[in-house]
Amino acid sequence: MPWLSTLMAVPVLGAVGVSLVKSDRLAKQVALAVSLAVLALTLLMTLQFDPSLGASKETRFQFAEVYEWIPRFGVHYGVGVDGIALVLIALSAVLVPIVILASWHDADGSGAEAPPKRSVKTYFALLLVLEAMMIGVFAATDVFLFYVFFEAMLIPMYFMIGSYGGVQRSYAAVKFLLYSLFGGLLMLVAVIALYVIGDKGTFMFPELVGVIQDPTTQKWLFLGFFIAFAVKAPLWPFHTWLPDAAAQAPAGAAVLLVGVLDKVGTYGMLRFCLELFPEASKFFTPLVIVLAVVGIVYGAIVAIGQTDMKRLIAYTSISHFGFIALGVFAMTTDAGAGATLYMVNHGFSTGALFLIAGFLIYRRGSGRIADYGGVQKVAPLMAGTFLIAGLSGLSLPGLSSFVSEFMVLIGTYERHPVPAIIATSGVVLAAVYILWMYQRTMTGPTAESVKALPDLNLREKWVVGPLVAAIIALGFFPSPALDVINPAVDHALSNVHINPPAVAEKKGAGQ
Amino acid sequence: MESPAEIIQHSGGVIGVSWLMIALPLLGAAILLLGGRRTDRWGHRLAIGMSVTAFLIAVISFFELLGLPEDERRRAIALYRFIPGMADMGVLIDPLSISFALLITGVGSLIHIYSIGYMAHDPDRRRFFSYLNLFVAAMLLLVLADNYVGLFIGWEGVGLASYLLIGFWQFKPSAATAAKKAFIVNRVGDFGLLIAIFTVWTGFGSVAFDKLSGTAVGEALKTGQVSQGSLTAIGLLLLLGACGKSAQLPLQSWLLDAMEGPTPVSALIHAATMVTAGVYLVVRSGGFFEAAPTAQLVVTIVGVVTLLAGAIIGCAKDDIKKGLAGSTMSQIGYMMLAAGLGPVGYAFAIAHLITHGFFKANMFLGAGSVMHAMNDEVDMRRYGGLYPVMKVTAITFIIGYLAIIGFPLLSGYFTKDGIIEAAMEHSSVLGWLAVLGAGITGFYMSRMIFMTFFGGRRWADDAHPHESPSVMTVPLIVLSVGSVFLGAFLILGNRLMLFLAPAVGRPEELPAFHAFSGPGLATLVLVAAGAAFAWVRYGAAEVPLVAPRGSFLTAFARRDLYGDALNEALFMRPGQWLTRIAVFFDNRGIDGLVNGLAAAIGGTSGRLRRVQTGYVRSYALSILFGAAVVVGALLYVGNM
Repeated sequence: MPWLSTLMAVPVLGAVGVSLVKSDRLAKQVALAVSLAVLALTLLMTLQFDPSLGASKETRFQFAEVYEWIPRFGVHYGVGVDGIALVLIALSAVLVPIVILASWHDADGSGAEAPPKRSVKTYFALLLVLEAMMIGVFAATDVFLFYVFFEAMLIPMYFMIGSYGGVQRSYAAVKFLLYSLFGGLLMLVAVIALYVIGDKGTFMFPELVGVIQDPTTQKWLFLGFFIAFAVKAPLWPFHTWLPDAAAQAPAGAAVLLVGVLDKVGTYGMLRFCLELFPEASKFFTPLVIVLAVVGIVYGAIVAIGQTDMKRLIAYTSISHFGFIALGVFAMTTDAGAGATLYMVNHGFSTGALFLIAGFLIYRRGSGRIADYGGVQKVAPLMAGTFLIAGLSGLSLPGLSSFVSEFMVLIGTYERHPVPAIIATSGVVLAAVYILWMYQRTMTGPTAESVKALPDLNLREKWVVGPLVAAIIALGFFPSPALDVINPAVDHALSNVHINPPAVAEKKGAGQ
Repeated sequence: MESPAEIIQHSGGVIGVSWLMIALPLLGAAILLLGGRRTDRWGHRLAIGMSVTAFLIAVISFFELLGLPEDERRRAIALYRFIPGMADMGVLIDPLSISFALLITGVGSLIHIYSIGYMAHDPDRRRFFSYLNLFVAAMLLLVLADNYVGLFIGWEGVGLASYLLIGFWQFKPSAATAAKKAFIVNRVGDFGLLIAIFTVWTGFGSVAFDKLSGTAVGEALKTGQVSQGSLTAIGLLLLLGACGKSAQLPLQSWLLDAMEGPTPVSALIHAATMVTAGVYLVVRSGGFFEAAPTAQLVVTIVGVVTLLAGAIIGCAKDDIKKGLAGSTMSQIGYMMLAAGLGPVGYAFAIAHLITHGFFKANMFLGAGSVMHAMNDEVDMRRYGGLYPVMKVTAITFIIGYLAIIGFPLLSGYFTKDGIIEAAMEHSSVLGWLAVLGAGITGFYMSRMIFMTFFGGRRWADDAHPHESPSVMTVPLIVLSVGSVFLGAFLILGNRLMLFLAPAVGRPEELPAFHAFSGPGLATLVLVAAGAAFAWVRYGAAEVPLVAPRGSFLTAFARRDLYGDALNEALFMRPGQWLTRIAVFFDNRGIDGLVNGLAAAIGGTSGRLRRVQTGYVRSYALSILFGAAVVVGALLYVGNM
């Protein structure tokens, strides 16, 4: 069965269906049903995935499908997943139905601060199209196909921000688009150069691993890919589009933007930068580590100073993307696996934060932290789940982000102790920005304007419940996910030809 | 010196299911939190049931352990894979961990029961009990985990419970602020603990206790696998973690504010159990500390400085809970001092920790009983003459008081004296400073007794004190019995030292107990002098309702030795400025540069604004244009 093509076809057909049905209500229901079907298919596919095949070059990408697309240039429709891609596809498949349910009223202009009513059907159709593209971008094993998805994803997101966002939506959407297009163009040049210089007559990723040998060429091509990914992720100092985009996007779109789309950047670094340009990756490692560590501390400090909830959450993500990039470029199995798991965990915890913030804003009509206070008293469930999501954001052990952050830091420490120590200071700063936001919004005397604020309704409970469950489950039982991720990360790192740090040898004796 | 025994994997019997001690209270917390209002009626009973069951499991495990030969008394039970290849979940039942488990579940259960009465009128009592259960589970994970990662999960878990409980009345801004402060200061300590774990992992390739015994550390040092420098670093970083959790200098400032929490919380978390976790960490990591004398020296110095600082703070507080909190800092300083002495001191540290758990919980709950009677008044200047109206509370409180000042034959006499003698043997400076601390303890604790229970009645007009219900007084009585006898039981015949030996080792020569040694006598004289001085100032003389200005020393102590002022000047204000500058830079610097660049390229900024204000379609077109460029380029390349 062509699993991956099916996973992409179902939401695309669903999008067509959504735009054809008569009523808005039915459109939402169809969208939800389609996204749930995608989730079910993804789970079925995951059950058939065999992590142990990840070690061999031939079986590395499972559920592979390769068809010629533009034979003249060796462009293929090539898809397949290893453990890294699989968990990210699973993340997307879990988040989309949750986002659809959370966005139920986001487009119909009923919120306290919502823009006027827009086409509900278009919004949900865009969501489904975006889902197909998110699956495609992680599944692509053809570099050109990856590039096409990488760019095409911008379109639905651009419309979701530009047409359905907050007051400054146009500015935010254009900024998002311009930054992304700039990065994308650089990558396009590098993709074409890779094809030409590689001289293999194909864009298939497995064929291209190791073809660029010349160090100088590697460096230039690395930069082309890396800058595109650094803008996408985003790493400091390419980050300023994110707070605007995330704050102006409707909460659901912000979740997919920060939770999934941005991960394409860090995923790209791990998959393409490291494997295609190993020497250049090693050469630029000090630079990337500096950017990552600066981003961790800088993002956290700027987050502390924010006065708007969604902007604050966006800055915390910049700090977290620093952790992920650090884990990727530490080039140890612990850090790489931690970074991959971090991409998943961050999607859940930041997703929950954005969505609950969105519920608050829908009710109160303001994202300003100062407009809230004492919400816990009137809406304890909302406050409690917000706190759990926040605690996961500050990497509290027992919640999912802890495992990934711990692995990134310990894996980085194995090779680069000083950056790891500086990055670890992020745990203190994270406590400041999360708990201070919680204190200002949820505790203290109940503000007059939120006295009548209703607690989570049934639909919203179904939104938050699965996220909280995932956060706790992955916090206590990360090994099923890590068992899928580890062999894939091992394989990726083996292509970088780097000696494991001293600890790995002792591990055998230590166990 | 005798080293600890090997850890044996797997065990049957109740020890084999001892993980239930953690799981049951955790389940209780989950049921109460998820069940919501439906569980309001019986929630507290479920929570108590979970806590008491955990206590029973601890007791049975303890006796099973006693039934084993000495060198088989360390049992590890593997539970499940956590981080593959790095850390698995498992519990370690050995004399050290079971001692803590008994203290946590025993005192914990009593405080659960007491809270039925204390929190009876609180609309959120169920939530309170769910947090208490969460705390018990996390604290047990902390002491029972068989590796540092598991320990760290419990470590931050108790931090969470502490945060939730300090901020339990979070509609009060002071409570919310205190909760946040406690968490953040603790995170500074956790930063140290995390890096210690990283260093251990990198140096030893394991985080499991059975791979990190003193023997293993010595071996690694000999073969050059780890350097002396990294062992010292590990010791100091572990100490930083311990300082955060145990409110030792320089991370002490959160504990006094933590008194914003309900009093049972202060008794359980901020006196009897959680704050002693730092001592547990140092003792559990004995293998590292014994190989790093510099780190050990720093531990003893931190201990001595804190025991004096806490005592001085205790002298100046009029708030009964804050006075007790200063005293807690000080007593943990004693434990830390002992823990820094190596195997000679471990048993005394743990013995004092256990007896302190009893007499301090006893006094905190007693203070709660007084507050319950006095409309939540905490100012001792509004107390006085309470002895006749609440005799059970008063008598049990006074027993706890006698125990803490080291009145002969009561608990504190044996355990504190053991620490002082061991310290004296190590270094006379440390020893005499510890004696001085005991003298100050005699003063501030007597002051508390005189101001609260004796002298004139300085009550507010609407105060009608009465004895608390038996659900509150019975736990007081149980704890005061422990305060009387536990010390003699643990110390005489070196009972605890011999029991702990398989877990932490012991000195070759067992210390003998001298009823009236030189330092012991000096301590008694100083304590008596302190008590007499307190009687002159607060017993015989009238206590003014408003605190007199006092000397600069008093002001120094009242302001917690300027700990908060220092933090504010060194960290908070610079931090605020840094934040402001960073936000400004982010908005104007990076973003301004990019926007400016875009404007320059576009010719005028006006054009940019036009670009930004709409025409959605044109941007879609620009993407299409980009795609066309791609195809064009490909065609071109393909034709080459």
